Amino acid sequence: MTTEVSSETEVKEKAEESAAQLDQPEKATEETQEEVITEGEEKEKEEKEKEKEEKEKEGKEGKGISKFLPTWLKKPKSQAQEAPPSEEAISAGQQEGEGPVPEVNGHTEEVEEKETVKSEQVKETEAESHSNASADTEPAKEESAEKSPERSQETKEEQVEEKEGKEGGLRGGGGGVEGQTSIFQSPLRLVRKAKMKLVVCQVALLDGTDFTCEVEKRAKGQYLFFKVCEHLNLLEKDYFGLTYKDNHEQKCWLDPMKEIKRQIRSNNWQFSFNVKFYPPDPSLLSEDITRYLLCLQLREDVATGRLPCSFVTHALLGSYTLQAEFGDYDPDQPRPLDYINQLNIAPSQNREMEEKIFELHKSHRGMTPAQADTQFLENAKKLSMYGVDLHPAKDSEGVDLMLGVCANGLLVYKDRLRINRFAWPKILKISYKRNNFYIKIRPGETEQFESTVGFKLQNHRSAKKLWKVCVENHSFYRLNAPEPPTKARFLTLGSKFRYSGRTQAQTRLASSLIDRPSPTFERTSSKRISRSVDGAPMISITDVERDTAENGREHRLDLHSDSKSPLRVHGDNIYVRHSNLMLEDHDKTQDEVLKHQASVSQLKRSFMEAPPASPPQSNQWEKRLTSSPATAVRFQQQQVINAPSAEAAAADCTSSDTKEPTKTADVEIEETIVVQEVSKATQPALVTVAVDSPAIPPAKQETREQEVKVQEEAVVPKEAATAKQESVSSESESEDEAEYHPNVSASTHMPEVKEEEEEEDKVEEDKMADENMSAPVVASLPVEITKAAEDVCKKEEESKREEGQGGVKRNAEKEMEVGRESEESTEEPMMTPEEVPNGVALAEDAVIGLVGHAEKQEPKMNGETLLVEPRPQVICCSEPPVVKTEMVTISDTFAAQKTEIATKEVPIVHTETKTITYEAAQLDGNGDGEPGVLMTAQTITSESLCTTTTTHITKTLKGGLSETRIEKRIVITGDCDIDHDQALAQAIKEAKEQHPDMSVTRVVVHKETELAEEED
Amino acid sequence: MASRIADFGRYTHAIVRGIPASLAKEALRSCPSEVDVVQARREHEKYQEILRTTFGLEVVELPADESLPDCVFVEDAAVVCGDTALITRPGAESRRGETKAMKEALEALNMNVVEMTDENATLDGGDVLFTGQEFFVGLSKRTNQRGAEILADVFKDYAVSTVPVQQGLHLKSFCSMGGPGLILVGSSEPAQKALKIMQQMSDHRYDKLVVPDDLAANCIYVNLPDKGHMLLHSTAEMFPESLKVLEQLKDYTLIAASNKEKTKVDGALTCCSVLINKKANISRFITPCTMWTR
Repeated sequence: MTTEVSSETEVKEKAEESAAQLDQPEKATEETQEEVITEGEEKEKEEKEKEKEEKEKEGKEGKGISKFLPTWLKKPKSQAQEAPPSEEAISAGQQEGEGPVPEVNGHTEEVEEKETVKSEQVKETEAESHSNASADTEPAKEESAEKSPERSQETKEEQVEEKEGKEGGLRGGGGGVEGQTSIFQSPLRLVRKAKMKLVVCQVALLDGTDFTCEVEKRAKGQYLFFKVCEHLNLLEKDYFGLTYKDNHEQKCWLDPMKEIKRQIRSNNWQFSFNVKFYPPDPSLLSEDITRYLLCLQLREDVATGRLPCSFVTHALLGSYTLQAEFGDYDPDQPRPLDYINQLNIAPSQNREMEEKIFELHKSHRGMTPAQADTQFLENAKKLSMYGVDLHPAKDSEGVDLMLGVCANGLLVYKDRLRINRFAWPKILKISYKRNNFYIKIRPGETEQFESTVGFKLQNHRSAKKLWKVCVENHSFYRLNAPEPPTKARFLTLGSKFRYSGRTQAQTRLASSLIDRPSPTFERTSSKRISRSVDGAPMISITDVERDTAENGREHRLDLHSDSKSPLRVHGDNIYVRHSNLMLEDHDKTQDEVLKHQASVSQLKRSFMEAPPASPPQSNQWEKRLTSSPATAVRFQQQQVINAPSAEAAAADCTSSDTKEPTKTADVEIEETIVVQEVSKATQPALVTVAVDSPAIPPAKQETREQEVKVQEEAVVPKEAATAKQESVSSESESEDEAEYHPNVSASTHMPEVKEEEEEEDKVEEDKMADENMSAPVVASLPVEITKAAEDVCKKEEESKREEGQGGVKRNAEKEMEVGRESEESTEEPMMTPEEVPNGVALAEDAVIGLVGHAEKQEPKMNGETLLVEPRPQVICCSEPPVVKTEMVTISDTFAAQKTEIATKEVPIVHTETKTITYEAAQLDGNGDGEPGVLMTAQTITSESLCTTTTTHITKTLKGGLSETRIEKRIVITGDCDIDHDQALAQAIKEAKEQHPDMSVTRVVVHKETELAEEED
Repeated sequence: MASRIADFGRYTHAIVRGIPASLAKEALRSCPSEVDVVQARREHEKYQEILRTTFGLEVVELPADESLPDCVFVEDAAVVCGDTALITRPGAESRRGETKAMKEALEALNMNVVEMTDENATLDGGDVLFTGQEFFVGLSKRTNQRGAEILADVFKDYAVSTVPVQQGLHLKSFCSMGGPGLILVGSSEPAQKALKIMQQMSDHRYDKLVVPDDLAANCIYVNLPDKGHMLLHSTAEMFPESLKVLEQLKDYTLIAASNKEKTKVDGALTCCSVLINKKANISRFITPCTMWTR
């Protein structure tokens, strides 16, 4: 897959630099060639390099950069192992991408096969040499001295470069191409290296002025925020924050702890300074300047109608504004109608209101500006919507609601009516999965059980956003101190977003310690005239040393500008889904869940009786047993696109939060640990218990026919592949979930958080007689896998699928190149498998499918669907092979549009997916292809603080043997801080303990990390 | 909130209406009963007298309209808060005509009058409980969601929560405000359920005082600057047990008013008047002004 990506990049480069135009057919051929090559290569070199790769992998995970290079080179090989799946995936991807141009497809395929066979070896060698050379020369290495995350990113970049080199080589087939590639690459690289890039940020302040400052490109949100506060001379800053508009024109809070660049996901470095937490009692603020800023925010809120109030209140607030800004009413002066108009006091301001304002203004005579502000706030704070952050949602029946997050809890509105309210203390857990938002409610006096109330948000992004706001508000208003980062909480993986600032209690304390003469500040009513709401000045991005040649950047800029174009698809999410199996079930289950949930409107009161959110996924089993096309179809219906990108472990830490949606793409990172145990009962019949923990939730259910079609195509190949490969098992899961447990204990409330979203780790253990927890796994997980001769079960493979809807997925490291490529839009699957040598045979597969659909070009697809199916697979290994999968999805398919597309918006999602599979030896060649007869199946889902464990127990009759398989899927979600290894080890250990009489046959660790945009 | 609470129970005007003879036969009622109109008028007279003399309100009495048998229950025709009055659209079709006179009276008082014109909306003032800080609107036979929405739209400053009324005619058939932050509520299960909902929906804390009889929970609270908390309640003759509970209120002046005849046609104490605080129109928002006077 990697090669594909690189090819894309190359293409772009060519287009841009050399102006040489590549025909689509050419591209396609190239891609196909690459694919083929990779497969063949993989097979050949697998065994040899496995050992090396393993080592390398370990190193990578350990953040070693240098080790990446070799792995990358070897990746193609690893793919070869999984060749069948990869091919399929690719083909599927191609089909999708090519859908619009069938002709091209046909050509490409034929060419591919022939060429590949011939030139495989040659290409490989070339590619390797290329990659090596490029890596050495590249500046990226130099940078390696930098922080670990940076390193990883850079290394990735290097890898990308290498890939490019490879691709170039591949293209040429003859080797003459190499020279070209090098030429292209070199200039870009050089440019990149220059660091200390400064970006000009524009921050719209509350008084209507703009604050401009330069920050380093890598600066965290905090840095900019502090700069702004410094500029404002604001000390009580904890009530405030910076917002930016995401690619969907949604306002998002800039996370102070994360890099700005990774959040904004665009080159639009425009922010606005806003009140984030409205103090319930502004009179408790220490400084007038704080109150003044709060007033400014509230004036805006009132004027825009965000804070609704009555006529009288409008007038009253306006009169205080007048008093604060202009002092006493002066009867001698003509009525300052001008300024009152400027003040824009109410959404519907009229003469009558102005009269009233003047009338009231007169009564404020003698009031100082600070007093007027205080009075303003005293009245504003009483408004029922003061400090309520509204989020549109629907109940289970599709009735439109508004969810309001405020200091006291969560409010539910229908129209203007409050129909329910959940105070923070009543809420046990806040979570979201995909576009569903759930709150678990503490049982009432008369109730025995907790209940869960679910709402549907517009999309996953908004669900996550709401969840974040809830977490932050709860923390700020209810906790004495911010919750410490959940460290190494078992099975806490994925995004562990937490409120990082000071709580209200803390900031009040801090405020009381402020010891400075109250600063003088200028009230600038006149300034506000200048700013128009929408006419924000264009962003000027100045990368001091940026190269225009860096295509990714420029494209993005263009994209951004394009984002406003009607063509763009708003609100589409790209989910990367790894295992379709689970998803399918999930959808169903979720629906069921929703059904169960009382419709808010109807049952206003009886809200609490909704069933729990995470439904078990029983269908997976069905699929296993009978992989019928029907099931495949189901999968397809789910449109979840996952863009996993492989990242170094180190990178994971930093990247987890970067999920901010790219214009049209969403990235989900999930970590899932799947432990499969197969144990044989002592009974005459052979009983196999596979403990597999697929907890992963359903894909998004935005199904569109078009997408469905595409998926089908992809699916078919998958299944075929699975049939072929007996031992290959790949499970992928994609979920966006996060949980937050706002446990308020006494004064200090420690919420427990569980999130699944950003990372996926799956571990599958197959047929392992013995497991040693002490054995080091890629992530330094100690797991030893011993083959059990007895194991009957074979694992199916579930190939990961990624569908990008109008979105592009990339690896953070490769963002730049990928970005270009994506823009150009050619389907290019990239595979970057890494192999780690194991004492036993290890198989690693990384499949990256890039499918790009040009939205415009493919009307069928709506331009939204991208399918990338990586299929990481496993093969029996005593030691864990590491598969690094990178997926890149590009939305545009045609070369013809390259240039055009480049300027269009290309949503880019970076994800890193790592799949490690440990499998015990297979007894017989039985693949899942032999379903046997399903006797019983049950699914149990349990949730702990940080984990969701789904247990599937199936009993099957296979050839007279009854086999019990327990599959446990443990999904751990969290940000970087989690010790995944630890978690994994724990999970396996627990699984073993729970089922002592069974053997673990497979452990699959699937790790997905969302990569933030890499600036370079 | 402080200012709102301080103003709670302050009134300057009251609108009442005479009892038509048709009340006896034609007024709506939940259970058949014989109403003595003469006795009812006597009670009503006393009721007005209390408003006028004890509470010191300026009482506007609208003439009875024989074609509107229920017209004495003026509360249902309008919801007044601050200087804004919402003319309702009563749920009972026979009562729609009652709003006309009410509207004129409110306009005469210079109120900001808003009419509920949506034909899909119904709202009886008896379903509206204003606590001083927010509204609760009972969804009953007489009041629907749309009516509540319109009310919320008119009184934008306040949260408006809906409460299902499972029993009784109106929300205020079993509860009322007994003072700032104090809800009087009947002990019946539906009443208690409604109270729970209200408590859950509210960001504010309310004390509750539970009286054995639902109807006894309907009282009129008035806060007089010179006399403090005053509570107009039903007589001991009607609800002796409930009175005992009310007597626990400290620093309250309890005033009994007989309402026996009107309760036969589902009329409670609050039903018979619309209380208005003209002075509060804007001053509600203005906290002690003295601090910045020169």
